[in-house]
Amino acid sequence: MVQRAHGPRLTAHGLRDKGQAVLLQGNEAMVEGALAAGCRFFAGYPITPATEISEMMSRRLPALGGTFIQMEDEIASLGAVIGASLAGAKAMTATSGPGFSLMQENLGFACMAEVPCVIVNVMRGGPSTGLPTHVSQGDVQQARWGTHGDHPIIVLAVATTRDCFEVTVQAFNLSEKYRTPVIILSDEVVAHTREKIVLPPPATFEVVDRLRPNMPPEWYIPYEDTPRGVPPMAVFGDGYRYHVTGLVHDVHGFPTERPDEIVPFLNRLHRKISQHFGDIQLVQDYLAADAEVLVIAYGSVARSAKRAVNYARDRGVKAGLSKLITLWPFPRRLLEPHLRRVRAVLVPELNFGQISREVKRINQGQTRVEKLNRLDGNLITPEEILERLVKL
Amino acid sequence: MDKFGVAQSQKYDVYASRLLPREEYFTSGHRSCQGCGEALAVRWVCKALGKEAVIAHATGCMEIVSSGLPQTAWMHPWLHVAFENTAAVASGIEAGFKILSRKGKWPGRLPKVVAMGGDGGTSDIGLQALSGAMERGHNFTYICWDNEAYMNTGIQRSSSTPYGAMTTTSPPGKRSIGQATWKKNMVAIAVAHGVPYVATASPSYVFDLYFKIKKAIETPGPAYVHVLCVCPTGWRSATDLTVRLGRLAVETAVFPLYEVVNGKYRLTVEVPKIRPVKDYFRLQGRFRHLREPEINFIQRQVTSQYELLLKKCEAAYPEFPVISHTEESQEGA
Repeated sequence: MVQRAHGPRLTAHGLRDKGQAVLLQGNEAMVEGALAAGCRFFAGYPITPATEISEMMSRRLPALGGTFIQMEDEIASLGAVIGASLAGAKAMTATSGPGFSLMQENLGFACMAEVPCVIVNVMRGGPSTGLPTHVSQGDVQQARWGTHGDHPIIVLAVATTRDCFEVTVQAFNLSEKYRTPVIILSDEVVAHTREKIVLPPPATFEVVDRLRPNMPPEWYIPYEDTPRGVPPMAVFGDGYRYHVTGLVHDVHGFPTERPDEIVPFLNRLHRKISQHFGDIQLVQDYLAADAEVLVIAYGSVARSAKRAVNYARDRGVKAGLSKLITLWPFPRRLLEPHLRRVRAVLVPELNFGQISREVKRINQGQTRVEKLNRLDGNLITPEEILERLVKL
Repeated sequence: MDKFGVAQSQKYDVYASRLLPREEYFTSGHRSCQGCGEALAVRWVCKALGKEAVIAHATGCMEIVSSGLPQTAWMHPWLHVAFENTAAVASGIEAGFKILSRKGKWPGRLPKVVAMGGDGGTSDIGLQALSGAMERGHNFTYICWDNEAYMNTGIQRSSSTPYGAMTTTSPPGKRSIGQATWKKNMVAIAVAHGVPYVATASPSYVFDLYFKIKKAIETPGPAYVHVLCVCPTGWRSATDLTVRLGRLAVETAVFPLYEVVNGKYRLTVEVPKIRPVKDYFRLQGRFRHLREPEINFIQRQVTSQYELLLKKCEAAYPEFPVISHTEESQEGA
């Protein structure tokens, strides 16, 4: 394991060798996951329903030698996170809809300058102030296309408290591996549901650190077009010459307007994600192998969907569930085999159909895609999904 | 400094409760906590605004507790804007009225434009919009409800939280004293913009608050009023002590009441004998973890800040509390 610049490897406080059963809410599990993944910097701004992440980070980080800063707004929060990440720390921020909107410009900067960081968006009803204390899944397309310009992004979704731990670790790993901001979409129900989970011992899960340059400083090319697409990242102060900018830059990091440098750069930016789809795209299938009707769900709705699938099986309907962990890049290769086989697909969502339009896009007429939407700030119940499933 | 002029009325020293308006523009039935100092302040501020006012309110406690349909507590035209843009929206309202008036499409007097926000919405996220609006010189009044933390989301620190206070994101412990920075001086920031009227106020001094708001809305050009609102929920104080704590904040010189008219400071509430800050801290759970040396440290800061203010106001020196020398030496230990 690479020795981190910001100190010796610390296990998160409370993580024991055999694992520890704890009662946590989703937000708290996310903090545990982040700390276990090596997050030692958090900058945030209070917003319902993501505040608990800040609160717990403010208590936990100082004890682990990390830094918690409460910033003056979400723009500054992500700005501080980008700065901390460039300085070598694994950094994270957490917010909800309105704050996520404010973060968009910095999010684009992090994509452009290839700064690894993790952004948690605990979705609440929108637009604007919306329904601060109610659940929604309305930020799915915003997470993909919120910041301007054509950019690659990784967006993961969580459905259970256990997911909150595991996906957060995964998010840090992907962000460090591919030098890209990773967005975790949680929602109000997942964030505030308290569940028993077993925190796994540190040795049982993989923690990835960013690739650091080991060549002599004069050989280092910060944005080199490597086959993997992800050049090693020098920490400020390591002695490597390194220019960071939000302008389109050449391999040395300096702004360029030459078409023969712009195109390879933007190609690499997309390629570093697209050639690793197999690693990035995650879908959990439940009884999907022999399913005739399939539910595609993510977030808190996936839990209702799982129960609905069980009910449907009890009634003799061969139902299955594909729970999306990776929302973007959309896991086309994992869903297409199902779409070719099943009679119909149901996409329940807490919005007007932001993922169902993606499913329809990749479906291309292979099967029937139906959607089930709810926008009143309440969760879709298993019965609602079941009612639709049996009619499919 | 006086490019805007001053408020014209001179009737600001009549202290008689029966002369205050009976109309309620912030009605009962809202959902604020028991003992909310902010609701008390809003009620008196709205009385002072009178009937003809338009209010833009930032996201915050007061927006949440007062505007849930069908129970809105506001009698004024009132709009809830996003967290960071209250002053910008108020600028737009004011400019809109001005152009209607110039075109002759608005008969009669223009309504007063008032922007309101909490301490977070003013001194943290809304500072940019406020600074822009003050710089452009819109004729509006900005009122900051300062309850010294983000109480709406559950007591997180803001830049207005005083040094040493416990909040959920500045938890005291082995490596932390609680809030580690001093309260941002919003009044000085507003004064630095060359705003014609800036004042601090407290609902514990109702007449003072009332007349300051009257002056602020009558002043041509931007005005800024910083109102300290005791929050029993966030300050961890007894709900019946709200008014008492507001008075103690002034009597201990933690939050002195003064106004700045065209750059000229004037102390509006003079305290002949300053009480020790301990009297103020004792009643609040958020300062419970502070030990004697830390309180003395804060006491010295408060005293020196107050002395600076007295110099600016050219006011007489009151009697200050004594800090024993032995306690002072403990601080270094």
